[in-house]
Amino acid sequence: MKKIKKIKIKINGKIKSITQDSNLSIVLKNLKIPLNKVAIELNEEIIDKKKINKIKLNKNDKIEIVHFIGGG
Amino acid sequence: MVNLKKDSLLIANKKFNSRLIVGTGKYKSMSECAKAIKLSGAEIVTVAVRRVNISNKNKPLLMDYIDPKKITYLPNTAGCFNSKEALRTLRLAREIGGWKLVKLEVLGDKKNLFPDMIETLKSTEVLAKEGFKVMVYCNDDPLMAKRLENSGADAIMPLAAPIGSGLGIQNKINIQIIRKQTKLPLIIDAGLGQASDATIAMELGCDGVLVNTAIAKAKKPFEMALAFKNAVIAGRQSYKSGRIDKILMGNPSSPSKGII
Repeated sequence: MKKIKKIKIKINGKIKSITQDSNLSIVLKNLKIPLNKVAIELNEEIIDKKKINKIKLNKNDKIEIVHFIGGG
Repeated sequence: MVNLKKDSLLIANKKFNSRLIVGTGKYKSMSECAKAIKLSGAEIVTVAVRRVNISNKNKPLLMDYIDPKKITYLPNTAGCFNSKEALRTLRLAREIGGWKLVKLEVLGDKKNLFPDMIETLKSTEVLAKEGFKVMVYCNDDPLMAKRLENSGADAIMPLAAPIGSGLGIQNKINIQIIRKQTKLPLIIDAGLGQASDATIAMELGCDGVLVNTAIAKAKKPFEMALAFKNAVIAGRQSYKSGRIDKILMGNPSSPSKGII
């Protein structure tokens, strides 16, 4: 049986282990991120939310997912 | 009867009936925040951009309590201490849902929370070029206000006093000078403590006020939200009505003719 390789990435400052070659949309789906209410950065570059299906994640990638909270 | 409906606030070509902008921070709960906003009559609310809590997926979201289709969200850059951080934050805010109207706030000191005007000015230029409509938190300095205007700001938002201090307007003269020199919306942002402070701001000729702590941290936030709503309306009406001249001595209100 083929062994599934795992890679480590950082999401909002926390280290997560994901399957190698996962695309961004799968990772966001697993985290139940409501896409219409967030913005996403990959390695400090803003990602077009329509294109997350096509983005493959690599080792040590840094993802930031932000939303609106109460503030003055 | 003054028709206040026609006296709308125009920011970046968008009309608003309420001249009170409120912050959504420091409330005990999201439902308390939502109710206070409703009572305040505000049509614009400031919001902060922060990381999603990925370990608690069921945490309530602000958008579930305050509908961005009904209330205009004004993303801020609170907590940013340089232009780079502020630009990153607002570019992300725009990406969340197409927001272009933003509040720029670049702080320079962690204790007094005064704005770093050099970084603020730099950021305003970049944001305006990128198509943002920038409402700028700034010092009550007429020269800096002018430079912001020349850099493409859409609203000038001088502080009344340090953020969250509740001290009220400390420099009325500067606010009046800024009023005289600019046609841009002038909004007092930060430092108000009670409803009458908002009335004073409006009577100085400001186009609006932005309040967060004074409502959120009042003993009765709902009542204070209503008080601020009325205070802004009263101040605007008073300003538009043209106050009397100040004189040193008394001037009787009843005629002296016919005294028995």
